Amino acid sequence: MSATIDTHGHEEDHDVHHHKETFITKYIFSIDHKMIAKQYLITGTIMGVIGVLMSIMFRMQIAWPEEPNLLFEAVLGKWAPGGVMDADIYLALVTIHGTIMVFFVLTAGLSGTFSNLLIPLQIGARDMASGFLNMVSYWLFFLSSVIMVISLFVEAGPAAAGWTIYPPLSALPMASGGSGMGMTLWLVSMAIFIASSLLGSLNYIVTVINLRTKGMSMTRLPLTIWAFFVTAVIGVISFPVLLSAALLLIMDRSFGTSFFLSDIFIQGEVLHYQGGSPVLFEHLFWFLGHPEVYIVILPAMGLVSEIMASNSRKPIFGYRAMIASILAIAFLSTIVWGHHMFISGMNPFLGSVFTFTTLLIAIPSAVKAFNWITTIWKGNLQMNPAMLFSIGFVSTFITGGLTGIILGDSALDINVHDTYFVIAHFHLVMGISALYGMFAGIYHWYPKMFGRMLNKNLGYLHFWITAVCAYGVFFPMHFIGMAGLPRRYYTNSNFPLFDDLANANVIITIFAIIGGVAQIVYLYNFFASMFFGKKAEQNPWKSTTLEWTTPVEHIHGNWPGAIPHVYRWSYDYSKPGHDVDFVPQNVPLKEGEEELQH
Amino acid sequence: MTALLTIIIVLFVAVALWQMVKIFDLAQVGTTNSQVADDHDNKINGYLMIGFLIFIYLITILSFWYLGDLPLMSNAASEHGVEVDNLMIISMVVIFIVQTLTQFILHYFAYKYRGEKGKKALFYADNTTLEFIWTVIPVIVLAGLIIYGLFTWNDIMNIDEDEDPMVIELYAQQFSWKARYSGADNVLGKANVRLIDIDRANVLGVDEDDPNAADDVIVTELHLPVGKPVVFKMRSQDVLHSAYMPHFRAQMNCVPGMVTQFGFTPTITTADMRQSPDMVEKVKNINALRLERKAEIEEAGQDLVYEFDYLLLCNKICGKSHYNMQMKIIVETQEEYDAWLKEQKTFPNSLN
Repeated sequence: MSATIDTHGHEEDHDVHHHKETFITKYIFSIDHKMIAKQYLITGTIMGVIGVLMSIMFRMQIAWPEEPNLLFEAVLGKWAPGGVMDADIYLALVTIHGTIMVFFVLTAGLSGTFSNLLIPLQIGARDMASGFLNMVSYWLFFLSSVIMVISLFVEAGPAAAGWTIYPPLSALPMASGGSGMGMTLWLVSMAIFIASSLLGSLNYIVTVINLRTKGMSMTRLPLTIWAFFVTAVIGVISFPVLLSAALLLIMDRSFGTSFFLSDIFIQGEVLHYQGGSPVLFEHLFWFLGHPEVYIVILPAMGLVSEIMASNSRKPIFGYRAMIASILAIAFLSTIVWGHHMFISGMNPFLGSVFTFTTLLIAIPSAVKAFNWITTIWKGNLQMNPAMLFSIGFVSTFITGGLTGIILGDSALDINVHDTYFVIAHFHLVMGISALYGMFAGIYHWYPKMFGRMLNKNLGYLHFWITAVCAYGVFFPMHFIGMAGLPRRYYTNSNFPLFDDLANANVIITIFAIIGGVAQIVYLYNFFASMFFGKKAEQNPWKSTTLEWTTPVEHIHGNWPGAIPHVYRWSYDYSKPGHDVDFVPQNVPLKEGEEELQH
Repeated sequence: MTALLTIIIVLFVAVALWQMVKIFDLAQVGTTNSQVADDHDNKINGYLMIGFLIFIYLITILSFWYLGDLPLMSNAASEHGVEVDNLMIISMVVIFIVQTLTQFILHYFAYKYRGEKGKKALFYADNTTLEFIWTVIPVIVLAGLIIYGLFTWNDIMNIDEDEDPMVIELYAQQFSWKARYSGADNVLGKANVRLIDIDRANVLGVDEDDPNAADDVIVTELHLPVGKPVVFKMRSQDVLHSAYMPHFRAQMNCVPGMVTQFGFTPTITTADMRQSPDMVEKVKNINALRLERKAEIEEAGQDLVYEFDYLLLCNKICGKSHYNMQMKIIVETQEEYDAWLKEQKTFPNSLN
């Protein structure tokens, strides 16, 4: 294979694997981006298991509210006396589920894993710009995960104010048991998480800008790298704002300031707070919170674009339009946060502005969806599990994205705001979609990470059960929401009005349980294949990008010889005039061959 | 117990599936199994893609069949609600069409172009015309929706003072609602949580010295005269709450430290709503379901038979009993309303 870098290019880079690695420097305090990627992935997986278990528990509570449940009694202990779940812990489960899934799984687990793994490998770099900062970033993430898990065991309960932690509920322990030590730990954990995320993002940006190999111009980059790069930029712009909000909230909670609090009478006494406004917190929170949605979804889009092209044996359709739409989405994402606040009490004129900017996002999103569909048109689709998850991604992204037209429209949002309609919308468009992107990435790059193949049949089983359950859980929720059922209700039994939705809730919960349990198939595949999987070839999917030119066994520095040079874009699949249906980026143009003008 | 049984069954199913895959794998020993999809996998998964498309359509149809009675799209009980419902229906139709078509194309292509050995994909990287088309079409459709949406929004949020709307305060606290009517002068007396005096039963912190407060009336059940514009001034004494009145297509957060507002005109009395054919059907259905859970409901101390009432629900997470923070709303004729109001104590008379 012409793409393979053979081992006689040793004249440069003798310094690559000089120092002897001990167990600790190799597996624990590693500064190698590939190892750090695996650390992110495994930590993210563990957090994901916790998050999914929580969702199964609160779904069971919604479906069978009055019935004692042995699982609750066993897992929740004092929070489920006699097996009946306590209302406070219900809200805590909802809160921590959201926090874990959004930040720990779909931000750190997804972006942390694949940015770390793929940026150096695909741009042709020996490692990240700063391996040390990269290590610090991972360990801060690990620390914040540990603190978040510890917060579950606090006497008065974990944070229970929703993952958006709006004050005053999150600021006053008298308002909610979880707003004491539980919320303190939540805030500390998030502050550390943000530091970790910023270190990671800065590293990604610097690496992409400075360390591209010869010939790797920005317009030859795989879309994965574009997505990671833009994601990192959004992260650097918006995460500090959440940090400031968290710090101000800590001040209000502990030092008596009144940034977010004013005129409060609770449990028989008037508090001293005067002049602050919770709406200010909402602005600060959503200034991160909305870009955060794109921090979650853009990397998934990048992974899916790459996997779809490779498995369709076709170039990605509209490469430039794909980059342009990533940039457009990134830009718009920073000026739409107010659509979470149409009915927060802010000036209605702002509602008009945010409706306008929000609905504009549908345009680049539509372009992306159509380009993916055109990419598979007349392809030669290799239905690997990664490809199935990518097609699933496009499907859920469309289903979930379309309802954004309703939620982004302020006049309609009045009605469905904070109902199950919202839950259906965002779980499909950023939860399930991003998760699919992550799974697609894992199935595709597992051989690169662990040198072995995942079992494809388990992969198929995993995909099809997950796909059916995802729709089974979230599709009917649209209708429950349109019947006016508010989210975050511990039980609906006090509203006979909603009695006709009870059966639907039971069905949703059954789908959720099956879908959750099906992930065991994946976990088994993931961990067992590490040891017993079939040994991977160097380029099992016959892809064009540079990571498949590195040896299967990891070495520090990635390439044993010189770093390959790049002569073409990353999507020369089935190019006329070539015998094979892929031409790797490091293969020089043939005599008379023209590089595609893209 | 049901839940536990479900879990056990699901676990067994998972184990069984896993065993089947194992057997499948073992049966393949000897053939070249590289864990990369071959023609056989492409074919099966291609067919499954069509199966999945049918599943998506099926779940859509079933959802409409069983849950398609969408109270938030019909039966609006306020003037602006009809407008909102129209916009909602237009948006839903657009979404429904796009969803049906794009899902079809996506899954059909996945089936149609499934890989085969020796087949070559079309090298097709760009087409400016196509991309222009699918940029412009969403632009046009969205422009229409945005313009319609903005007009509706402005219409809802601009409270027309010429119509002389009746001013009512909605007061939220963990975990109950109160309403304060402004009385004949239509001006609410000043209030602040710092004036709350539980011993004197001044629970809303209304200023006793303010003459405007003299005819204020504080109640725990909201009565509205039909056809009369109302503007709600909302306050909260502790944490964020949200006053959600789904039947009136109305919602606004209650924010401690500030007064928010939302106005609408109720158009259908509770009595009329109860008799509308849709509602009769819905209530009948609910009562049939309640009869099945008779023991459970009576144990919880609720009335077995459900009768429709408009409700005000809390729709912003506010703590432990968030799930049970509600207030009944009764829309009635002007005469009924006047008679009811006359029976209520004014604020000064309600103090200890």
